[in-house]
Amino acid sequence: MSIRERLSGNEATAVAMKQINPDVVAAFPITPSTEIPQYFSTFVANGEVDTEFVAVESEHSAMSATIGAEAAGARAMTATSANGLSLMWEMIYIASSLRLPIVMALVNRAVSGPLNIHNDHSDAMGVRDAGWIMLFSENNQEAYDNMLMAHRIAEHKDVLLPVMICQDGFITSHSIENIQLETDEEVKKFVGQYKPEHYLLNDKEPIAIGPLDLQAYLFEHKAQQAEAMRNAKKVIKEVAEDFEKWTGRKYEFFEKYKLDDAEMAIVCMNSTAGTTKAVVDKLREQGVKAGLLKIRMFRPFPVEEVAEALSHLKAVAVLDKADSLNGAGGALFEDVTSAMYVNNKFVPMVNYVYGIGGRDTTEMQIESVYSDLAKIVETGKVDNPYRYLGLRKGEN
Amino acid sequence: MSNLIEIRWHGRGGQGAKTASLLLADAAFNTGKYIQGFPEYGPERMGAPITAYNRISDEPITIHSNIYEPDYVVVVDDTLLASVPVTAGLKKEGAIVINTTKSPEKLKELLKGYEGAIYTIDARKISEEALGRYFPNTPMLAAIVKVTGIMTDEELLADMKNSFKHKFAKKPEVIDGNMKALELALKEVKKI
Repeated sequence: MSIRERLSGNEATAVAMKQINPDVVAAFPITPSTEIPQYFSTFVANGEVDTEFVAVESEHSAMSATIGAEAAGARAMTATSANGLSLMWEMIYIASSLRLPIVMALVNRAVSGPLNIHNDHSDAMGVRDAGWIMLFSENNQEAYDNMLMAHRIAEHKDVLLPVMICQDGFITSHSIENIQLETDEEVKKFVGQYKPEHYLLNDKEPIAIGPLDLQAYLFEHKAQQAEAMRNAKKVIKEVAEDFEKWTGRKYEFFEKYKLDDAEMAIVCMNSTAGTTKAVVDKLREQGVKAGLLKIRMFRPFPVEEVAEALSHLKAVAVLDKADSLNGAGGALFEDVTSAMYVNNKFVPMVNYVYGIGGRDTTEMQIESVYSDLAKIVETGKVDNPYRYLGLRKGEN
Repeated sequence: MSNLIEIRWHGRGGQGAKTASLLLADAAFNTGKYIQGFPEYGPERMGAPITAYNRISDEPITIHSNIYEPDYVVVVDDTLLASVPVTAGLKKEGAIVINTTKSPEKLKELLKGYEGAIYTIDARKISEEALGRYFPNTPMLAAIVKVTGIMTDEELLADMKNSFKHKFAKKPEVIDGNMKALELALKEVKKI
């Protein structure tokens, strides 16, 4: 029986962590994720969890302590944003290559500089090749639900990879909205106990974790990481199916919103997908066949499935909330266009870099993307595929 | 989403406009609505202009942007009228609720031809009378509930009593004063 509540995205994440009751949480505060360890440390102080909370002195230490705890055989979690994630950089790769199923909440924020505390996806895009499973969340509900599914995915024997649950800083992390929570007891049952196969504190099996790995083996180990990432697809699907049986809330690799009979579509992630849904509804009332594909599973990237889902369209716009500064489009655009090419699908496609540094993304902006797409459908011409949305004219 | 109500709050840092928007979200939630309550985060400083928002609906709300065409605007500090375009995008079928003692003529001049309904309330007088100190957010919360009619006076008072009990668990002496501030504000908000 689920519970009707109203919580911010950060509160929802902290409540999920409370219900998961991990062995260790190590974290350092950084806006806009600060509230997560703040609320969680209250749960620790009140005795609502029996987690060991480590108030570390930096994010590098937060990830290091999490790695140490997980390697010892404990279930460990953390949360961060932007420059906090940047400071973890070295340890982010170590967590995934040591195959430690750590779970981290990433509250997306622009990476400095100049200093900006607001939302974009430049932090997440910076670690997209670091070997972490990355799930994105449109709102507080999805941040909560993805968190409840994360350990089952990370700890599965065919996966053993860390998982990052992303949501938009301030936009969802600090907005109070309705949410359905599950009971502590049922969450506990769903998440299950962590039973690592190999761990440092097992005195029956002395092992080393993270030793020197040179020409003879590193390549093979990297190939195994890639294999684990491919395996993750199957596990993410199975866990979502179990989750749906339990809660009735359905999660797939991506959400198709009025996409199947659409002529044109936007591809995006996190909170902008919600605003896009409102615009799609409005356009549908006017007879415009607009649709949306909202990526939930960004790593691993659902290559075949995305290509298939977009193949019937006449024009597609991919929205990137981070600029790759390569003169050739954002990361999501590259992933989507590459998925199409490899799967022999051709649809005219444009990229919009948008929402940088917390620039508000309005319904009007989204509407303008659909009208640009309508022009492409009409003329068959794309012209410049690398565009901006919401950038002030004459100042770039 | 034809029943969606969008509200924009203008205040100054430290006056509790953000808290008031969250309390309104809470109260509407407790009457069964779908809600959003969120401030526009900037470089917050005591006294600087701040904006907060509410969306309230009978259906799930998916929009995640600021509010540009509000149905209602609440102005917690009337010194903002001269410096912030508080009526920007405000629908003329909507209303603006202002904490002020200025004359109707002066307000009309400051609002530069806004055609919708204007409501005023002296939140300073109410707050000082009920609480002995100036906390304008509680009276402004009651005023916007009255003007929008999103719930009855009784629903608001019952809900807020409960929420003050939690919020002020460590200083119960301020609960009665806040309740009195709500009651007075429900009576004293008036259309000009």
